[in-house]
Amino acid sequence: MDFQIFFFLLEDGIANGAIYALLAVTMVLVFTTTRILFVAQGEFVTFSALTFASLQIGLVPQIIWLLGLLAVIAAAIEIYRAVSDKDFKSIPGTVGLYLVAPFAVIALTIWIAPLGAPMLVQAAVSVAIVTLLGPLVYRIAFQPVSSGSVRLLFVIAIALHFVFQGFGLLFFGAEGFRVDPMIDASFEVGSLIIKAQAILIVGTLALFTALLYVFFGYTIPGKALRATAVNRVGARIVGIKPDLAGKLAFLLTAFIGGVSGVLIVSSTTIYYDSGLLIGLKSVLGAISGGMVSYPAAIIGSIGVGILEGFGAFWASAFTEAIVFSAFIPVLLWLSLRSTPNEEGHEL
Amino acid sequence: MIALEAKDLKVGYGKADVLDGVNVKVDEGAIVSLVGPNGAGKTTLLLALTGLLPARGTVSYFGEPMANVSVEDRVARGLCLVPERRELFGDLSVSDNLELGGFSRWMRGERQLRESLEEVFERFPRLRERQDKDASTLSGGERQMLALGRALMAAPRLLLLDEPSLGLAPLIVREIFHIISRLRDNGVSLLVVEQNARAALEVSDYAYVLENGRVSMEGAASDLIDNPRVIDTYLGRRQAY
Repeated sequence: MDFQIFFFLLEDGIANGAIYALLAVTMVLVFTTTRILFVAQGEFVTFSALTFASLQIGLVPQIIWLLGLLAVIAAAIEIYRAVSDKDFKSIPGTVGLYLVAPFAVIALTIWIAPLGAPMLVQAAVSVAIVTLLGPLVYRIAFQPVSSGSVRLLFVIAIALHFVFQGFGLLFFGAEGFRVDPMIDASFEVGSLIIKAQAILIVGTLALFTALLYVFFGYTIPGKALRATAVNRVGARIVGIKPDLAGKLAFLLTAFIGGVSGVLIVSSTTIYYDSGLLIGLKSVLGAISGGMVSYPAAIIGSIGVGILEGFGAFWASAFTEAIVFSAFIPVLLWLSLRSTPNEEGHEL
Repeated sequence: MIALEAKDLKVGYGKADVLDGVNVKVDEGAIVSLVGPNGAGKTTLLLALTGLLPARGTVSYFGEPMANVSVEDRVARGLCLVPERRELFGDLSVSDNLELGGFSRWMRGERQLRESLEEVFERFPRLRERQDKDASTLSGGERQMLALGRALMAAPRLLLLDEPSLGLAPLIVREIFHIISRLRDNGVSLLVVEQNARAALEVSDYAYVLENGRVSMEGAASDLIDNPRVIDTYLGRRQAY
């Protein structure tokens, strides 16, 4: 392997690792605030990627009907709750929150799909569709059992993964999609070639890391999410509703999943079932930080991406085996140095 | 006006009732204390009043039934708990903890939390000195001050305090009870659960003795403090706190 190939693999690995890092950060966020190991996060990525690809070829992405269905179900649940609790004042707000935004995005999608809108608009609509799915999924699938055990929540997350994968096949078919890079350019530095798309992906990671740092460190909603992660009872007695924190965490995670999707589909062919591996590799990154540390999750995820890049070069048939096996010692080390806690006892 | 009234409150873990038909009342602007042995159900009562534990019976807060009101919405109405375990956000700074104490006000669109923060710092100067430190690094007394300060950030109308003096040095206990008296003077109603019965009764207007999940005695705190049975069981010889 010469230096050029080494650098190419490194660049590719870092770019893929940056995507895993974005997702790993949201995995940590969701896990710490809701105790859900949300493996179906990968499906947000594939949904966004395939929606973006559908819009590029002028098709109305069928996933909008899933968005509409979930919006109606969530609104029905909320209205039923409001009527049972005689809390009629909350009904207009519920309708606004659960129905207006999703159906506005659905209408926008149907309108722009055949127009051949600019790529950035298509990307924004794809991200918007997936972002709105996040809190709806939390409301319907997790909120009713939000105080359940970690195990129960994990099983629901797995079930959701399979349900979403089925919807993915139904809406997008078995064919894979890949789109042109958003920025089709490259720079030569000496004998090395740096792709603009890779810079865009790593830049996005840097931007989101900075934004999340500001959000968690300097805003009340960000601090409220951290507080919920640190102490759920403490959060409740200052008036932070765990379900509100859950919906906010899912909104963020779906948004970042959506952004990752439109970025990744220009460097890799994405199929309806690509989400599982993407999600699991993000889990690897997230557990590098013990599911609690954001910086460790980012570093671990970049490591996963680099390992994947070099693994594919040396033994492409064994890429996944190499990546996942390499984390067995990490898991062993983490489990040996961890101390049992209440949550651990529950598991 | 009655700040809080609980009627025939029952809470059961499994088959056994920890609270077996408790009736308590807190008048607006009063300090009411709740004394009793370990396991009498005092903490359970406070958790039931805040909605953290499901209970049968009725709870009304300033005349409004609380049956369908969540813990968080009770906090938004000014019914706040300072629990025995303090439940601070250990990884967050003192000022972040305090700021989050005003979360329900922030949600209502109030943005003057800075003024409330200043008031808390004036009340607890020690917290101002430690404002950038993580809550997990505080001493026991500082943690109690932070827990109280955090609850005050919610602008409470009724504060439920669970064992405010637990594990604290006598001088700090005196300071905490001094602050409790001042809160009443500022119009906050208080329901205080306290092992240190003498300290609690000395600042209280009214008191309940809870034994085996039932109210066994109640009356003006000044009467109970002279009641022979209360003296024998909970006060003992007079001692400084």
